[in-house]
Amino acid sequence: MSLLLRGGRVIDPANTVDAVQDVLIEDGKIARLGPRLQAPADVEIVDVAGKIVCPGFIDMHVHLREPGQEYKETVATGTRAAAAGGFTAVCCMANTSPVNDNGAVTDYILAKARVEGLVRVYPIGAVTRNLRGEELAELAELAESGCVAFSDDGKCVMNAGLYRHAMEYTLPFGAPIISHAEDSSLSAGASMNEGVVSTELGLRGQPAAAEDVMVARDILLAELTGAHVHIAHASTAGTVRLIRDAKARGIRVTAEVTPHHLVLTDDAVRGWDANTKMAPPLRTKRDVEALIEGLADGTIDCIATDHAPHALSEKEGEFDLAAFGIVGLETAVAVALDRLVRPGLLPLATVIARWSRDPARLLNLPGGALTPGAAADVTVLDLDAETIVDPSRFHSRSRNTPFGGWQLRGGPMMTIVGGKVVKAAAS
Amino acid sequence: MGWTRKDLLSMRELDAAEITLLVDTAASLQEIASRDIKKVPALRGKTVVNLFYEASTRTRTSFEIAGKWLSADVINFSASGSSASKGESFIDTAKNIAAMSPDVVVVRHSSAGAADLLARTLPCAIVNAGDGAHEHPTQALLDLLTIREKKGHFEGLHVAIVGDVAHSRVARSDIHGMRKLGMTVTVAGPPTLIPPFVQELGAKVSYRLEDAIGDVDVIMMLRLQQERMTGGLIPSTREYARFWGLTLDKLARHARPDVLIMHPGPVNRGIELSPEVADGPYSVILDQVSRGVAVRMGVLLLLAGRKEGDGA
Repeated sequence: MSLLLRGGRVIDPANTVDAVQDVLIEDGKIARLGPRLQAPADVEIVDVAGKIVCPGFIDMHVHLREPGQEYKETVATGTRAAAAGGFTAVCCMANTSPVNDNGAVTDYILAKARVEGLVRVYPIGAVTRNLRGEELAELAELAESGCVAFSDDGKCVMNAGLYRHAMEYTLPFGAPIISHAEDSSLSAGASMNEGVVSTELGLRGQPAAAEDVMVARDILLAELTGAHVHIAHASTAGTVRLIRDAKARGIRVTAEVTPHHLVLTDDAVRGWDANTKMAPPLRTKRDVEALIEGLADGTIDCIATDHAPHALSEKEGEFDLAAFGIVGLETAVAVALDRLVRPGLLPLATVIARWSRDPARLLNLPGGALTPGAAADVTVLDLDAETIVDPSRFHSRSRNTPFGGWQLRGGPMMTIVGGKVVKAAAS
Repeated sequence: MGWTRKDLLSMRELDAAEITLLVDTAASLQEIASRDIKKVPALRGKTVVNLFYEASTRTRTSFEIAGKWLSADVINFSASGSSASKGESFIDTAKNIAAMSPDVVVVRHSSAGAADLLARTLPCAIVNAGDGAHEHPTQALLDLLTIREKKGHFEGLHVAIVGDVAHSRVARSDIHGMRKLGMTVTVAGPPTLIPPFVQELGAKVSYRLEDAIGDVDVIMMLRLQQERMTGGLIPSTREYARFWGLTLDKLARHARPDVLIMHPGPVNRGIELSPEVADGPYSVILDQVSRGVAVRMGVLLLLAGRKEGDGA
């Protein structure tokens, strides 16, 4: 089965391509790119004139909740949400039940993904057993089973000595340690950012320093060990500054930022909607500006959703008792295009690079480029598509989004994984 | 002007005219307390539910008496001894109570935003009787009524709010209400008990009791909420009492002779207030409690008496 994407603007940062070209896909691989390619016999032609054709987007921070919390999400529903949102691959975090801290759980996730997954699934293994922060998980077995990184995401490994050992032990595997940087002694009991809004609402806040302290520690440990440390969901101006300095000194540190931390501030909490509650919390305008600047100049390497599905019952009650986290797969691209690219805060090519080339590079994943011979993972964007976010139509099993009702212009139009169309045009 | 809101959730959302209306209404109802027969038929046939998820003596009793003096049917619900103790969620319990068609639900809850949550979910009127460290508007209103009675006006008065401001919903409601009526507010306490950026709510900040009480008309002493003290906010209650406890001696040396001492209760005697101050001539603490009934009558009357569509 062959596919010809006709007449789109191809933006492929890894190959420094930005030109109107056809893309021919054959046998699940990128066959050729070029202007006005001749269509082979029995090829399906999709007219993408005026659209953006780019390497498949990779979301390197997703919670698929399976095994154990299938009422929130499954590999099947989560990967459908990913496909609908324009993603061809997701990396899933280890805080499942049981925790993905041994090869058997990794095998289970990968088996589910092979049978029910609509996009590629790359598991991330736990750093510590049962995420308790007390002893190392079976890191070598996790790597052997296919984990592409290690993280206790959702929890911070507070024990610096143990974390150092994790960094050293995993050095041979070529897979980064992903830090959920949050000093729990500074964030205890907090359900939002510490600032004027938390004071007004009477909610306990956590200061930006709760993150910055740990980012600083992890940079120092990366320097000590030579390990590659990746900072998950950067949310503060301090983190951006620390990473910028660390990169300038040649330390192997990378970082991601979520769409919600790029477009929302703690002002959004004023309506008491628990869909504005996540860890790290929404910060201030100053932080948002620093994050955008960091993403633009490459201090922050990628955009990731931290897609964190929760059932309605976990989000509809008291704010301070509600679960942390929001879904993101089905809103991320549209939010970024409408609120970051359209107003000129970020170039389109930068957003594409941060969602394809850069996560592929830092996790050593295939993909992230439209190179002939590579697997045909392609995302097509329509910059003019108008949508109103309707959570009731999500493919995800959960609906916990702060973006419900948002009118957005621009979004994913097609998602192609290994040559197979998993989100069709005009669906 | 008349009352147009469905709910009373916070002082922050009210404007000066609304606050004045509430205080005036309460003032006009005060004389009921001195009647031989303390009952008026204003809310006959109306149902008020006190939905209390947190321990309360003053506030719950005050709402109950207020409702009964107005002839409403008052039902008390507390989280212990209810289906909440069987694990039913707050929102489910509230929906079930709403299904029994109360006119007003008075809610006290340890979670900030709980009253807003009910207001968004239930069709009846909601009164916030204290939600976490967020707001406690009827307490602010009774503070205001007491102050106006004793001082005759609001404009230009200076109030010091002293102690555990960080955990205090009363402080937040007082700051909003007092600022809107033209008063100056200074909050004072050790820095660990002063919430961050409180200046942006319009309050001045002092870290020394002697400075804070020097030139004020009212000293509002807050309860040291020992049950909420975690993470070493203060070294000891002994040290707190020594540096932040209000004694007759400190009053005599630093405060004005006409100063009012207020406290939202319950008082930790010997910690934030010496017994001599709590029971002394400057204290209007029990006046606050009496005014509380009038304020809650006023609030119930305005909310339950509001006709459908008044707010349109």
